[in-house]
Amino acid sequence: MPANFTPSNSDLLRFLPETILIAAGTLMMVLDPFLSKSKPKFFGHLSILAFIAALLAAVAANGDPGFAYSNLLIVDGFATYFRILVITIGIFAVFSSYHYLDREKAETSEYHALILFAVSGQCLMAASNDLIMIFIGLEISSIASYVLAGYLRHDKRNNEAALKYFLLGSFATGFLLYGVALVYGITGSTKLNEIHTALAAPGVSLVMVSVAAALMIIGLGFKVSGAPFQMWAPDVYQGAPAPVSAFLATAPKAAAFAIFLRIFVTAFQPVASSWEPILWVMALLSMTIGNFAALTQTNVKRMLGYSSIAHAGYILVALTSRSEIGTTAAMFYLAAYALMNIGAFAVVIHMAGKGETNVQISDLAGLGKKQPFTAALLTIFVLSLIGVPLTGGFFGKFYIFRAALESNLVWLAILGLLNSAVAAYYYLRLLVVMYMHDPSEATEALEPLTPGLRTALVLPAIGTFILGVLPGFVLNFARDAAGIGK
Amino acid sequence: MDPAQVLETLKHGAVPTAWYLALSAVLFVIGVAGFILRRNIITVFMCIELMLNAVNLSFIAFAHEHKQVAGHLFTFFVMVVAAAEAAVGLAIILTVFRNRSTLNIDEIESLKN
Repeated sequence: MPANFTPSNSDLLRFLPETILIAAGTLMMVLDPFLSKSKPKFFGHLSILAFIAALLAAVAANGDPGFAYSNLLIVDGFATYFRILVITIGIFAVFSSYHYLDREKAETSEYHALILFAVSGQCLMAASNDLIMIFIGLEISSIASYVLAGYLRHDKRNNEAALKYFLLGSFATGFLLYGVALVYGITGSTKLNEIHTALAAPGVSLVMVSVAAALMIIGLGFKVSGAPFQMWAPDVYQGAPAPVSAFLATAPKAAAFAIFLRIFVTAFQPVASSWEPILWVMALLSMTIGNFAALTQTNVKRMLGYSSIAHAGYILVALTSRSEIGTTAAMFYLAAYALMNIGAFAVVIHMAGKGETNVQISDLAGLGKKQPFTAALLTIFVLSLIGVPLTGGFFGKFYIFRAALESNLVWLAILGLLNSAVAAYYYLRLLVVMYMHDPSEATEALEPLTPGLRTALVLPAIGTFILGVLPGFVLNFARDAAGIGK
Repeated sequence: MDPAQVLETLKHGAVPTAWYLALSAVLFVIGVAGFILRRNIITVFMCIELMLNAVNLSFIAFAHEHKQVAGHLFTFFVMVVAAAEAAVGLAIILTVFRNRSTLNIDEIESLKN
Protein backbone atom coordinates (compact mmCIF):
# COMPACT_ATOMS: atom_id res chain seq x y z
CA MET A 1 0.00 0.00 0.00
CA PRO A 2 1.45 3.40 -0.90
CA ALA A 3 2.18 5.70 2.00
CA ASN A 4 -0.28 8.50 2.66
CA PHE A 5 1.43 11.85 2.20
CA THR A 6 -1.59 14.05 2.91
CA PRO A 7 -0.99 15.87 6.18
CA SER A 8 -3.69 15.39 8.80
CA ASN A 9 -5.47 18.30 10.44
CA SER A 10 -3.37 17.91 13.59
CA ASP A 11 -0.21 18.07 11.46
CA LEU A 12 -1.36 21.33 9.93
CA LEU A 13 -2.34 22.80 13.30
CA ARG A 14 0.95 21.82 14.93
CA PHE A 15 2.88 23.47 12.10
CA LEU A 16 0.62 26.55 11.95
CA PRO A 17 2.89 29.15 13.63
CA GLU A 18 5.71 28.57 11.12
CA THR A 19 3.22 28.54 8.23
CA ILE A 20 1.80 31.91 9.25
CA LEU A 21 5.22 33.52 9.65
CA ILE A 22 6.53 32.26 6.32
CA ALA A 23 3.32 33.20 4.49
CA ALA A 24 3.44 36.71 5.93
CA GLY A 25 7.12 37.09 5.04
CA THR A 26 6.51 35.95 1.48
CA LEU A 27 3.50 38.27 1.19
CA MET A 28 5.72 41.19 2.20
CA MET A 29 8.24 40.45 -0.52
CA VAL A 30 5.39 40.37 -3.05
CA LEU A 31 3.91 43.66 -1.77
CA ASP A 32 7.30 45.36 -1.64
CA PRO A 33 7.24 46.97 -5.13
CA PHE A 34 3.76 48.42 -4.53
CA LEU A 35 4.02 49.79 -1.02
CA SER A 36 7.64 50.23 0.02
CA LYS A 37 7.87 53.84 -1.21
CA SER A 38 4.41 55.06 -0.25
CA LYS A 39 3.80 53.25 3.05
CA PRO A 40 7.08 52.17 4.67
CA LYS A 41 5.43 51.64 8.07
CA PHE A 42 2.86 49.21 6.64
CA PHE A 43 5.35 46.33 6.70
CA GLY A 44 6.05 46.76 10.38
CA HIS A 45 2.34 46.72 11.18
CA LEU A 46 1.82 43.64 9.01
CA SER A 47 4.67 41.87 10.70
CA ILE A 48 3.27 42.60 14.18
CA LEU A 49 -0.09 41.22 13.06
CA ALA A 50 1.61 38.09 11.72
CA PHE A 51 3.52 37.64 14.97
CA ILE A 52 0.34 37.96 17.03
CA ALA A 53 -1.41 35.43 14.76
CA ALA A 54 1.57 33.07 15.12
CA LEU A 55 1.49 33.54 18.89
CA LEU A 56 -2.18 32.54 18.98
CA ALA A 57 -1.42 29.61 16.67
CA ALA A 58 1.37 28.45 18.98
CA VAL A 59 -1.03 28.54 21.93
CA ALA A 60 -3.69 26.70 19.89
CA ALA A 61 -1.15 24.08 18.81
CA ASN A 62 -0.29 23.52 22.46
CA GLY A 63 -3.92 22.47 23.01
CA ASP A 64 -3.28 19.49 20.72
CA PRO A 65 0.20 18.30 21.69
CA GLY A 66 2.00 15.44 19.98
CA PHE A 67 4.14 14.50 17.00
CA ALA A 68 3.55 15.90 13.51
CA TYR A 69 4.68 15.00 10.00
CA SER A 70 5.92 11.43 10.68
CA ASN A 71 7.60 12.36 13.98
CA LEU A 72 9.70 15.12 12.38
CA LEU A 73 8.11 17.73 14.62
CA ILE A 74 6.91 17.59 18.18
CA VAL A 75 4.60 20.05 19.89
CA ASP A 76 4.88 19.90 23.66
CA GLY A 77 5.10 22.42 26.49
CA PHE A 78 8.81 22.90 25.84
CA ALA A 79 8.28 23.72 22.15
CA THR A 80 5.41 26.07 23.00
CA TYR A 81 7.45 27.89 25.66
CA PHE A 82 10.24 28.65 23.20
CA ARG A 83 7.87 29.44 20.33
CA ILE A 84 6.13 32.02 22.50
CA LEU A 85 9.48 33.39 23.65
CA VAL A 86 10.99 33.88 20.18
CA ILE A 87 7.76 35.30 18.75
CA THR A 88 7.59 37.81 21.62
CA ILE A 89 11.19 38.80 20.92
CA GLY A 90 10.23 39.22 17.26
CA ILE A 91 7.42 41.62 18.22
CA PHE A 92 9.80 43.75 20.31
CA ALA A 93 12.38 43.70 17.53
CA VAL A 94 9.80 45.16 15.15
CA PHE A 95 8.68 47.82 17.64
CA SER A 96 12.26 48.88 18.24
CA SER A 97 13.12 49.20 14.55
CA TYR A 98 10.36 51.51 13.21
CA HIS A 99 12.20 54.68 14.10
CA TYR A 100 15.66 53.25 13.40
CA LEU A 101 14.85 52.24 9.80
CA ASP A 102 13.24 55.62 9.23
CA ARG A 103 16.31 57.42 10.61
CA GLU A 104 18.71 55.40 8.46
CA LYS A 105 16.43 55.68 5.37
CA ALA A 106 16.49 51.90 4.96
CA GLU A 107 14.06 49.62 3.13
CA THR A 108 11.44 48.27 5.52
CA SER A 109 9.87 45.36 3.63
CA GLU A 110 12.94 43.14 3.35
CA TYR A 111 13.91 43.87 6.92
CA HIS A 112 10.60 42.77 8.38
CA ALA A 113 10.36 39.78 6.04
CA LEU A 114 13.81 38.62 7.18
CA ILE A 115 12.83 38.98 10.84
CA LEU A 116 9.73 36.87 10.14
CA PHE A 117 11.77 34.20 8.35
CA ALA A 118 14.36 34.11 11.13
CA VAL A 119 11.67 33.68 13.77
CA SER A 120 9.97 30.96 11.74
CA GLY A 121 13.27 29.07 11.69
CA GLN A 122 13.60 29.51 15.43
CA CYS A 123 10.04 28.22 16.02
CA LEU A 124 10.92 25.22 13.88
CA MET A 125 14.05 24.59 15.95
CA ALA A 126 12.00 24.70 19.15
CA ALA A 127 9.52 22.15 17.81
CA SER A 128 11.92 19.73 16.07
CA ASN A 129 12.18 16.09 16.96
CA ASP A 130 14.70 15.30 14.25
CA LEU A 131 18.31 16.39 13.86
CA ILE A 132 17.77 17.23 10.19
CA MET A 133 14.79 19.45 11.02
CA ILE A 134 16.90 21.11 13.70
CA PHE A 135 19.58 21.74 11.08
CA ILE A 136 17.07 23.23 8.63
CA GLY A 137 15.44 25.42 11.29
CA LEU A 138 18.86 26.59 12.41
CA GLU A 139 19.85 27.48 8.85
CA ILE A 140 16.58 29.31 8.11
CA SER A 141 17.23 31.37 11.20
CA SER A 142 20.95 31.83 10.52
CA ILE A 143 20.80 32.75 6.85
CA ALA A 144 18.17 35.41 7.55
CA SER A 145 20.31 36.66 10.44
CA TYR A 146 23.44 36.94 8.26
CA VAL A 147 21.59 39.28 5.93
CA LEU A 148 20.11 41.25 8.82
CA ALA A 149 23.54 41.74 10.41
CA GLY A 150 24.70 43.49 7.25
CA TYR A 151 21.42 45.16 6.46
CA LEU A 152 22.74 48.69 5.86
CA ARG A 153 25.01 47.53 3.09
CA HIS A 154 26.85 50.83 2.58
CA ASP A 155 28.01 50.84 6.19
CA LYS A 156 31.45 49.29 6.69
CA ARG A 157 30.69 48.13 10.21
CA ASN A 158 27.58 46.31 8.98
CA ASN A 159 29.58 44.57 6.25
CA GLU A 160 32.18 43.39 8.67
CA ALA A 161 29.62 42.16 11.19
CA ALA A 162 27.77 40.24 8.48
CA LEU A 163 30.98 38.70 7.13
CA LYS A 164 32.18 37.53 10.54
CA TYR A 165 28.77 36.24 11.52
CA PHE A 166 28.43 34.42 8.22
CA LEU A 167 31.87 32.80 8.18
CA LEU A 168 31.87 31.66 11.80
CA GLY A 169 28.19 30.68 11.67
CA SER A 170 28.69 28.42 8.64
CA PHE A 171 31.87 27.03 10.17
CA ALA A 172 29.85 26.08 13.26
CA THR A 173 27.14 24.56 11.12
CA GLY A 174 29.76 22.28 9.56
CA PHE A 175 30.68 20.91 12.99
CA LEU A 176 27.09 20.47 14.05
CA LEU A 177 26.32 18.64 10.84
CA TYR A 178 29.31 16.33 11.16
CA GLY A 179 28.04 15.46 14.64
CA VAL A 180 24.62 14.72 13.16
CA ALA A 181 26.19 12.46 10.53
CA LEU A 182 28.09 10.49 13.16
CA VAL A 183 25.00 10.11 15.33
CA TYR A 184 23.14 8.85 12.28
CA GLY A 185 25.95 6.40 11.64
CA ILE A 186 25.95 5.09 15.20
CA THR A 187 22.21 4.81 15.71
CA GLY A 188 20.77 4.60 12.19
CA SER A 189 18.30 7.37 12.94
CA THR A 190 18.10 11.13 13.27
CA LYS A 191 14.91 11.19 15.34
CA LEU A 192 15.72 12.27 18.87
CA ASN A 193 13.50 9.70 20.61
CA GLU A 194 14.89 6.85 18.49
CA ILE A 195 18.46 8.01 19.16
CA HIS A 196 17.66 7.95 22.87
CA THR A 197 16.48 4.33 22.60
CA ALA A 198 19.47 3.28 20.51
CA LEU A 199 22.01 4.88 22.84
CA ALA A 200 20.35 3.41 25.94
CA ALA A 201 20.89 -0.11 24.56
CA PRO A 202 24.02 -1.92 25.77
CA GLY A 203 27.08 -2.23 23.51
CA VAL A 204 27.11 1.32 22.09
CA SER A 205 30.61 2.56 21.23
CA LEU A 206 31.14 5.31 23.81
CA VAL A 207 34.11 6.74 21.92
CA MET A 208 32.11 7.39 18.75
CA VAL A 209 29.23 8.86 20.75
CA SER A 210 31.60 11.14 22.62
CA VAL A 211 33.14 12.38 19.36
CA ALA A 212 29.67 13.06 17.95
CA ALA A 213 28.59 14.85 21.14
CA ALA A 214 31.78 16.92 21.15
CA LEU A 215 31.27 17.98 17.52
CA MET A 216 27.69 19.00 18.26
CA ILE A 217 28.78 20.91 21.37
CA ILE A 218 31.29 22.85 19.24
CA GLY A 219 28.59 23.70 16.70
CA LEU A 220 26.01 24.68 19.30
CA GLY A 221 28.68 26.42 21.39
CA PHE A 222 29.27 28.83 18.51
CA LYS A 223 25.56 29.47 18.15
CA VAL A 224 25.02 30.25 21.83
CA SER A 225 28.38 32.13 21.97
CA GLY A 226 29.82 30.00 24.75
CA ALA A 227 33.58 30.31 25.27
CA PRO A 228 35.96 29.29 23.67
CA PHE A 229 33.69 29.79 20.63
CA GLN A 230 32.58 33.29 21.56
CA MET A 231 34.92 35.52 19.53
CA TRP A 232 32.34 36.54 16.94
CA ALA A 233 29.74 37.83 19.39
CA PRO A 234 31.23 41.20 20.43
CA ASP A 235 32.17 42.06 16.83
CA VAL A 236 28.76 41.16 15.45
CA TYR A 237 26.76 42.91 18.17
CA GLN A 238 28.93 46.01 17.80
CA GLY A 239 28.85 46.10 14.01
CA ALA A 240 25.27 45.12 13.22
CA PRO A 241 22.46 47.72 13.23
CA ALA A 242 21.36 48.22 16.85
CA PRO A 243 17.84 46.71 16.53
CA VAL A 244 19.36 43.71 14.75
CA SER A 245 21.90 43.30 17.55
CA ALA A 246 19.01 43.31 20.02
CA PHE A 247 17.34 40.56 18.01
CA LEU A 248 20.53 38.52 17.44
CA ALA A 249 21.54 38.65 21.09
CA THR A 250 18.22 37.16 22.17
CA ALA A 251 16.11 35.17 19.69
CA PRO A 252 18.70 32.93 17.93
CA LYS A 253 20.36 32.36 21.28
CA ALA A 254 17.10 31.28 22.93
CA ALA A 255 16.37 28.91 20.03
CA ALA A 256 19.91 27.53 20.06
CA PHE A 257 19.62 26.83 23.78
CA ALA A 258 16.26 25.17 23.11
CA ILE A 259 17.85 22.65 20.74
CA PHE A 260 20.88 22.33 23.00
CA LEU A 261 18.54 21.30 25.82
CA ARG A 262 16.40 19.07 23.68
CA ILE A 263 19.30 17.19 22.09
CA PHE A 264 21.28 16.72 25.27
CA VAL A 265 18.39 16.08 27.64
CA THR A 266 16.58 13.61 25.37
CA ALA A 267 18.85 12.04 22.74
CA PHE A 268 22.19 12.08 24.58
CA GLN A 269 20.78 11.60 28.07
CA PRO A 270 21.92 7.92 28.28
CA VAL A 271 25.56 8.95 27.72
CA ALA A 272 25.45 12.07 29.89
CA SER A 273 28.69 11.29 31.71
CA SER A 274 30.68 11.80 28.51
CA TRP A 275 29.61 15.42 27.98
CA GLU A 276 29.15 16.84 31.46
CA PRO A 277 32.84 17.81 32.01
CA ILE A 278 32.93 19.63 28.64
CA LEU A 279 29.91 21.71 29.59
CA TRP A 280 31.39 22.43 33.02
CA VAL A 281 34.52 23.94 31.47
CA MET A 282 32.54 25.81 28.83
CA ALA A 283 30.23 27.35 31.44
CA LEU A 284 33.11 28.56 33.58
CA LEU A 285 35.10 29.92 30.61
CA SER A 286 32.07 31.78 29.20
CA MET A 287 31.26 33.46 32.51
CA THR A 288 34.85 34.45 33.20
CA ILE A 289 35.87 35.61 29.71
CA GLY A 290 32.58 37.45 29.18
CA ASN A 291 32.64 39.34 32.45
CA PHE A 292 36.32 40.20 32.54
CA ALA A 293 36.45 41.35 28.92
CA ALA A 294 33.36 43.50 29.47
CA LEU A 295 35.11 45.42 32.24
CA THR A 296 37.31 47.40 29.87
CA GLN A 297 34.79 48.14 27.09
CA THR A 298 33.83 51.70 26.17
CA ASN A 299 31.26 50.88 23.46
CA VAL A 300 27.86 50.00 24.93
CA LYS A 301 26.95 47.54 22.15
CA ARG A 302 30.27 45.74 22.50
CA MET A 303 29.92 45.65 26.27
CA LEU A 304 26.48 44.09 25.92
CA GLY A 305 28.05 41.59 23.51
CA TYR A 306 30.54 40.47 26.16
CA SER A 307 27.82 40.48 28.79
CA SER A 308 25.75 38.17 26.58
CA ILE A 309 28.68 35.72 26.57
CA ALA A 310 28.68 35.79 30.37
CA HIS A 311 24.91 35.21 30.44
CA ALA A 312 25.35 32.24 28.08
CA GLY A 313 27.80 30.97 30.72
CA TYR A 314 25.16 31.16 33.47
CA ILE A 315 22.70 29.24 31.31
CA LEU A 316 25.38 26.64 30.59
CA VAL A 317 25.70 26.19 34.37
CA ALA A 318 22.03 25.23 34.40
CA LEU A 319 22.64 22.79 31.53
CA THR A 320 25.59 21.24 33.33
CA SER A 321 23.38 20.38 36.31
CA ARG A 322 21.50 17.88 34.06
CA SER A 323 18.28 17.91 36.06
CA GLU A 324 14.73 19.00 35.46
CA ILE A 325 15.34 21.87 37.86
CA GLY A 326 18.31 22.87 35.71
CA THR A 327 16.21 22.79 32.54
CA THR A 328 13.52 24.86 34.24
CA ALA A 329 16.11 27.37 35.43
CA ALA A 330 17.64 27.67 31.94
CA MET A 331 14.21 28.23 30.39
CA PHE A 332 13.28 30.86 32.97
CA TYR A 333 16.63 32.62 32.63
CA LEU A 334 16.33 32.78 28.84
CA ALA A 335 12.99 34.60 29.18
CA ALA A 336 14.37 37.05 31.75
CA TYR A 337 17.56 37.53 29.71
CA ALA A 338 15.60 38.22 26.52
CA LEU A 339 13.48 40.91 28.17
CA MET A 340 16.32 42.76 29.87
CA ASN A 341 18.61 42.60 26.87
CA ILE A 342 15.96 43.83 24.40
CA GLY A 343 15.26 46.69 26.79
CA ALA A 344 18.91 47.63 27.20
CA PHE A 345 19.46 47.55 23.43
CA ALA A 346 16.29 49.64 22.92
CA VAL A 347 17.93 52.42 24.95
CA VAL A 348 21.03 52.09 22.73
CA ILE A 349 18.82 52.39 19.63
CA HIS A 350 17.24 55.50 21.14
CA MET A 351 20.61 57.07 21.96
CA ALA A 352 22.53 56.06 18.84
CA GLY A 353 21.50 58.86 16.48
CA LYS A 354 21.83 58.79 12.70
CA GLY A 355 24.68 56.56 11.56
CA GLU A 356 25.03 55.22 15.10
CA THR A 357 27.51 57.86 16.15
CA ASN A 358 26.64 57.90 19.86
CA VAL A 359 27.15 54.36 21.15
CA GLN A 360 29.91 55.00 23.70
CA ILE A 361 29.24 54.65 27.41
CA SER A 362 30.27 58.31 27.84
CA ASP A 363 27.44 59.33 25.50
CA LEU A 364 24.96 58.24 28.17
CA ALA A 365 26.19 60.98 30.49
CA GLY A 366 23.41 63.06 32.01
CA LEU A 367 20.59 60.92 30.63
CA GLY A 368 19.10 60.87 34.13
CA LYS A 369 18.67 64.66 34.01
CA LYS A 370 17.56 65.04 30.40
CA GLN A 371 15.20 62.07 30.07
CA PRO A 372 14.48 60.68 33.53
CA PHE A 373 11.90 58.20 32.20
CA THR A 374 14.30 56.53 29.73
CA ALA A 375 17.01 56.52 32.38
CA ALA A 376 14.67 54.88 34.90
CA LEU A 377 13.79 52.12 32.43
CA LEU A 378 17.47 51.49 31.63
CA THR A 379 18.09 51.31 35.37
CA ILE A 380 15.53 48.50 35.67
CA PHE A 381 17.24 46.55 32.87
CA VAL A 382 20.72 47.10 34.26
CA LEU A 383 19.63 46.04 37.76
CA SER A 384 18.10 42.93 36.24
CA LEU A 385 21.31 42.19 34.31
CA ILE A 386 23.21 42.45 37.60
CA GLY A 387 20.67 40.20 39.31
CA VAL A 388 19.26 42.54 41.95
CA PRO A 389 16.14 41.26 43.78
CA LEU A 390 12.70 42.32 42.49
CA THR A 391 13.90 41.81 38.89
CA GLY A 392 13.68 38.77 36.60
CA GLY A 393 17.46 38.52 36.49
CA PHE A 394 17.60 37.85 40.23
CA PHE A 395 15.24 34.88 40.17
CA GLY A 396 16.91 33.58 37.00
CA LYS A 397 20.33 33.49 38.68
CA PHE A 398 18.82 32.20 41.93
CA TYR A 399 17.22 29.18 40.23
CA ILE A 400 20.33 28.46 38.16
CA PHE A 401 22.67 28.40 41.14
CA ARG A 402 20.16 26.42 43.21
CA ALA A 403 20.00 23.84 40.40
CA ALA A 404 23.80 23.71 40.35
CA LEU A 405 23.98 23.18 44.12
CA GLU A 406 21.36 20.44 44.04
CA SER A 407 23.45 18.63 41.42
CA ASN A 408 26.55 18.97 43.64
CA LEU A 409 28.27 21.47 41.34
CA VAL A 410 29.40 23.48 44.36
CA TRP A 411 32.54 24.94 42.78
CA LEU A 412 30.78 25.97 39.61
CA ALA A 413 28.11 27.73 41.68
CA ILE A 414 30.70 29.56 43.81
CA LEU A 415 32.72 30.67 40.76
CA GLY A 416 29.50 31.75 39.06
CA LEU A 417 28.49 33.89 42.02
CA LEU A 418 31.94 35.50 42.15
CA ASN A 419 31.53 36.24 38.46
CA SER A 420 28.21 37.97 39.09
CA ALA A 421 29.97 40.24 41.54
CA VAL A 422 32.55 41.19 38.88
CA ALA A 423 29.72 41.87 36.44
CA ALA A 424 28.08 44.31 38.85
CA TYR A 425 31.06 46.64 38.38
CA TYR A 426 30.63 47.28 34.66
CA TYR A 427 26.86 47.42 34.80
CA LEU A 428 26.90 49.93 37.65
CA ARG A 429 29.31 52.10 35.65
CA LEU A 430 26.43 52.71 33.21
CA LEU A 431 24.27 53.99 36.08
CA VAL A 432 27.05 56.18 37.45
CA VAL A 433 27.66 57.80 34.05
CA MET A 434 23.95 58.25 33.48
CA TYR A 435 23.06 59.85 36.81
CA MET A 436 26.23 61.49 38.13
CA HIS A 437 27.88 63.02 35.06
CA ASP A 438 26.94 66.25 33.32
CA PRO A 439 24.93 65.88 30.12
CA SER A 440 27.01 65.01 27.03
CA GLU A 441 26.46 66.44 23.56
CA ALA A 442 24.57 63.29 22.68
CA THR A 443 22.06 63.58 25.52
CA GLU A 444 21.68 67.35 25.00
CA ALA A 445 20.54 66.78 21.42
CA LEU A 446 18.42 63.73 22.19
CA GLU A 447 14.96 63.51 20.62
CA PRO A 448 12.00 62.38 22.75
CA LEU A 449 11.10 58.66 22.73
CA THR A 450 9.08 57.54 19.72
CA PRO A 451 5.93 55.43 20.33
CA GLY A 452 7.54 52.26 18.87
CA LEU A 453 10.61 52.51 21.05
CA ARG A 454 8.50 53.41 24.06
CA THR A 455 6.62 50.12 23.58
CA ALA A 456 9.88 48.20 23.17
CA LEU A 457 11.08 49.72 26.45
CA VAL A 458 8.00 49.74 28.65
CA LEU A 459 6.70 46.23 27.93
CA PRO A 460 10.06 44.47 28.58
CA ALA A 461 10.45 46.60 31.73
CA ILE A 462 7.02 45.46 32.96
CA GLY A 463 7.93 41.89 32.02
CA THR A 464 11.24 42.08 33.88
CA PHE A 465 9.43 43.41 36.93
CA ILE A 466 6.70 40.75 36.80
CA LEU A 467 9.31 37.97 36.48
CA GLY A 468 11.02 39.42 39.52
CA VAL A 469 7.93 39.79 41.70
CA LEU A 470 5.60 37.04 40.53
CA PRO A 471 7.83 34.47 38.78
CA GLY A 472 5.29 31.71 39.49
CA PHE A 473 3.33 31.80 36.24
CA VAL A 474 6.31 31.53 33.87
CA LEU A 475 8.17 29.24 36.24
CA ASN A 476 5.27 26.77 36.52
CA PHE A 477 4.91 26.69 32.75
CA ALA A 478 8.64 26.04 32.41
CA ARG A 479 8.60 23.36 35.12
CA ASP A 480 5.70 21.51 33.50
CA ALA A 481 7.52 21.69 30.16
CA ALA A 482 10.96 20.76 31.48
CA GLY A 483 10.33 17.01 31.50
CA ILE A 484 11.11 16.83 27.78
CA GLY A 485 10.72 13.43 26.19
CA LYS A 486 8.97 11.85 29.17
CA MET B 1 42.43 -5.74 7.26
CA ASP B 2 44.33 -8.38 5.37
CA PRO B 3 45.62 -6.95 2.04
CA ALA B 4 44.56 -10.01 0.04
CA GLN B 5 41.07 -9.75 1.49
CA VAL B 6 40.92 -6.03 0.65
CA LEU B 7 41.93 -6.80 -2.94
CA GLU B 8 39.20 -9.42 -3.09
CA THR B 9 36.48 -7.00 -1.92
CA LEU B 10 37.73 -4.33 -4.31
CA LYS B 11 37.46 -6.75 -7.21
CA HIS B 12 33.78 -7.12 -6.46
CA GLY B 13 33.36 -3.37 -6.56
CA ALA B 14 32.67 -2.85 -2.87
CA VAL B 15 34.90 -0.33 -1.09
CA PRO B 16 34.59 -0.82 2.70
CA THR B 17 32.49 1.83 4.47
CA ALA B 18 35.36 2.68 6.80
CA TRP B 19 37.39 3.96 3.82
CA TYR B 20 34.69 6.46 2.93
CA LEU B 21 34.50 7.58 6.53
CA ALA B 22 38.25 8.02 6.68
CA LEU B 23 38.21 10.04 3.45
CA SER B 24 35.35 12.12 4.80
CA ALA B 25 37.24 12.80 8.04
CA VAL B 26 40.35 13.81 6.09
CA LEU B 27 38.33 16.18 3.86
CA PHE B 28 36.66 17.68 6.93
CA VAL B 29 40.00 18.29 8.62
CA ILE B 30 41.41 19.87 5.45
CA GLY B 31 38.37 22.17 5.43
CA VAL B 32 38.86 23.14 9.07
CA ALA B 33 42.60 23.71 8.59
CA GLY B 34 41.95 25.82 5.50
CA PHE B 35 39.34 27.87 7.35
CA ILE B 36 41.83 28.67 10.08
CA LEU B 37 44.97 29.16 7.96
CA ARG B 38 43.81 30.76 4.70
CA ARG B 39 43.55 34.55 4.49
CA ASN B 40 41.48 35.05 1.34
CA ILE B 41 37.74 35.23 2.13
CA ILE B 42 36.73 33.28 -0.98
CA THR B 43 39.15 30.47 -0.13
CA VAL B 44 37.89 30.44 3.45
CA PHE B 45 34.36 30.14 2.13
CA MET B 46 35.41 27.26 -0.16
CA CYS B 47 36.85 25.50 2.88
CA ILE B 48 33.44 25.70 4.58
CA GLU B 49 31.87 24.14 1.49
CA LEU B 50 34.50 21.39 1.65
CA MET B 51 33.49 20.68 5.26
CA LEU B 52 29.83 20.38 4.27
CA ASN B 53 30.67 18.05 1.41
CA ALA B 54 32.81 15.89 3.69
CA VAL B 55 29.72 15.52 5.87
CA ASN B 56 27.67 14.59 2.81
CA LEU B 57 30.11 11.80 2.05
CA SER B 58 29.67 10.49 5.59
CA PHE B 59 25.90 10.56 5.24
CA ILE B 60 26.06 8.56 2.02
CA ALA B 61 28.49 6.03 3.49
CA PHE B 62 26.32 5.53 6.57
CA ALA B 63 23.19 5.24 4.45
CA HIS B 64 24.91 2.49 2.47
CA GLU B 65 25.98 0.80 5.69
CA HIS B 66 22.50 0.92 7.23
CA LYS B 67 20.82 0.04 3.89
CA GLN B 68 18.56 3.08 4.31
CA VAL B 69 17.47 5.77 1.91
CA ALA B 70 17.22 8.43 4.65
CA GLY B 71 20.93 9.26 4.51
CA HIS B 72 20.70 10.08 0.81
CA LEU B 73 17.79 12.43 1.53
CA PHE B 74 19.83 14.28 4.14
CA THR B 75 22.53 15.07 1.61
CA PHE B 76 19.89 16.77 -0.54
CA PHE B 77 18.86 18.92 2.39
CA VAL B 78 22.47 19.78 3.09
CA MET B 79 23.08 20.66 -0.57
CA VAL B 80 20.02 22.91 -0.72
CA VAL B 81 21.03 24.70 2.45
CA ALA B 82 24.63 25.02 1.24
CA ALA B 83 23.38 26.61 -1.98
CA ALA B 84 21.27 29.12 -0.07
CA GLU B 85 24.21 29.85 2.17
CA ALA B 86 26.48 30.36 -0.85
CA ALA B 87 24.04 32.85 -2.37
CA VAL B 88 23.88 34.93 0.79
CA GLY B 89 27.57 34.49 1.57
CA LEU B 90 28.81 35.62 -1.82
CA ALA B 91 26.52 38.65 -1.65
CA ILE B 92 28.00 39.56 1.72
CA ILE B 93 31.55 39.07 0.39
CA LEU B 94 30.68 41.30 -2.58
CA THR B 95 29.48 44.17 -0.37
CA VAL B 96 32.61 43.86 1.74
CA PHE B 97 34.78 44.05 -1.38
CA ARG B 98 32.86 47.08 -2.72
CA ASN B 99 33.34 49.04 0.47
CA ARG B 100 36.93 48.09 1.21
CA SER B 101 38.52 46.84 -2.04
CA THR B 102 40.20 43.97 -0.23
CA LEU B 103 39.51 40.30 0.28
CA ASN B 104 42.18 39.75 2.90
CA ILE B 105 40.54 38.70 6.12
CA ASP B 106 43.26 40.30 8.27
CA GLU B 107 42.52 43.75 6.85
CA ILE B 108 38.89 43.57 7.91
CA GLU B 109 39.28 44.44 11.55
CA SER B 110 37.72 47.82 12.20
CA LEU B 111 35.47 46.50 14.98
CA LYS B 112 37.25 46.75 18.26
CA ASN B 113 37.10 48.65 21.48
